[in-house]
Amino acid sequence: MQLVNTTLVLVMLANLALLSSSRLASCIQFVAAQGILLSLLPLEMAHGESFEYGRVLTLAAIILVLKGWVFPMLLSRTLRTAQVRHEVIPMVGYVASLVAGVMVLSLSFWISSRLTFPHRPDSPAISTLVLPFALSTILIGLFLIVTRKTALMQVIGYLVLENGIYIFGMALAQEQQFLVEMGILLDVFVAVFVMGIAIFHINREFDHIDVHQLTSLKD
Amino acid sequence: MLEINRAGIPPLVLCVLFAPLLLGIINRTKAIVGGRTGQPLFQLYYDLLKLVRKGAVYSRTTTWVFRAGPIISLAAVLMAVTLLPFGNCKSLVSFNGDLILLAYLLGLGRLCTALAALDTGSPFEGMGANREVLFSALAEPALLLGLAAIARDTGMLSLTNIHMALASDEWTSSGLILALVSVSLLVVFLAENSRIPVDDPTTHLELTMIHEVMVLDHSGPDFAYILYGAAVKLWVLGALIVNVTLPAKTGLAVVDFGIATAAMFVLAVLVGLIEATMARLRMPRVPQLLLGATALSALALVLEFGGL
Repeated sequence: MQLVNTTLVLVMLANLALLSSSRLASCIQFVAAQGILLSLLPLEMAHGESFEYGRVLTLAAIILVLKGWVFPMLLSRTLRTAQVRHEVIPMVGYVASLVAGVMVLSLSFWISSRLTFPHRPDSPAISTLVLPFALSTILIGLFLIVTRKTALMQVIGYLVLENGIYIFGMALAQEQQFLVEMGILLDVFVAVFVMGIAIFHINREFDHIDVHQLTSLKD
Repeated sequence: MLEINRAGIPPLVLCVLFAPLLLGIINRTKAIVGGRTGQPLFQLYYDLLKLVRKGAVYSRTTTWVFRAGPIISLAAVLMAVTLLPFGNCKSLVSFNGDLILLAYLLGLGRLCTALAALDTGSPFEGMGANREVLFSALAEPALLLGLAAIARDTGMLSLTNIHMALASDEWTSSGLILALVSVSLLVVFLAENSRIPVDDPTTHLELTMIHEVMVLDHSGPDFAYILYGAAVKLWVLGALIVNVTLPAKTGLAVVDFGIATAAMFVLAVLVGLIEATMARLRMPRVPQLLLGATALSALALVLEFGGL
């Protein structure tokens, strides 16, 4: 429980760092660190006699490779090949973003105090932090997508959002392990394709990755 | 309920005598890492002695505010020392809610320094006062939210009771909260004492100064009060960090006292290392750093309320 809590707090710190950092390269590093932390979650949450080591280890390994290595590598390659400014270009300032992040966290705690987790009495207890931290990670991901102009940052925001959904899934995994794990993996694969292709095309068509320019029509 | 403990006298004496030594240790560490010999460890004592023996020069544009500033700010930080527990010793004065008094005694000291700076009419000093007040206004929520998180964690409202309630097993039960608050307090410590990365105490360009520029016009004994007050403030905030990070108590008063004193000097070495290895932040980045510290404190408080 303590390990899960520590990991979740570190994930949250990565979120706050993402909100306040101005350079794309460091944002990519933060999201990679977040991915590595998240790959530890299945190992930490799995306990009891019924659970299969092989499956949990495989899941953790896949998450580690994808979120900790493949995504960051894809992103930093795009950053290198696309000739763009290496700043985030925020529409809401860094300080305001940080304040918003903390407010979102408090809001998530308030919301989750009103929600009851589907929970079988015989299954082991889930940390009370999982739900609020999952919610706030989702919301911070959305916030990053909405308030940053660079397309790369939208992808990073999407990754953070996905990470939030993943934390949420991990909490439910004790009830429906196989289903949740498959869902997570499918999600991740779709994400790789969509983002890889989307960034590539945006970059090729428009010669830059500022999404604000997408609103002006071309013929 | 106001409580007066005789046990608070030794820490007070220790602080009064050794606070300037902390600055000596910081400077010596910086010098060694930088490959220099550096000034003597007791340099600040020599400076203070020299300044006290000199006369003060007052500009004709200044009023009594300028003369009162250094004295009130020194008195305020010395009062703050009496509120702080140290090692296994209770503080000299303690009552419920004294942690708020601690924050605002530091605030009062700062206010008087800023007013004295404005009283000189020098534009540079006004600029320095402006920056100092802005940065400490941003550091204050970090300090208060952090203290609030710990107060809620221990269920106590005075610094002494909080310190006595914190035991070494606190790190296993709510280590996350203590760790977050410690980091946040370290940032507050660096910002409030005008150390790198917020302010450079050795800078010689008025335009980039924050704290130093406010005290340019003070001379003689007044300047000695200011230097000494700054050293005591360093001790106060340092002792706060040591109290949070090293809650372990052996039960032997002398041993605990020794451990806490050693921890203060280790903290000074740490500050020296930070100063030797880090560059000063650009001025617009400083509020971001302080808000980051506030965010950490707020996170600790939210975690505390979230039932960690």
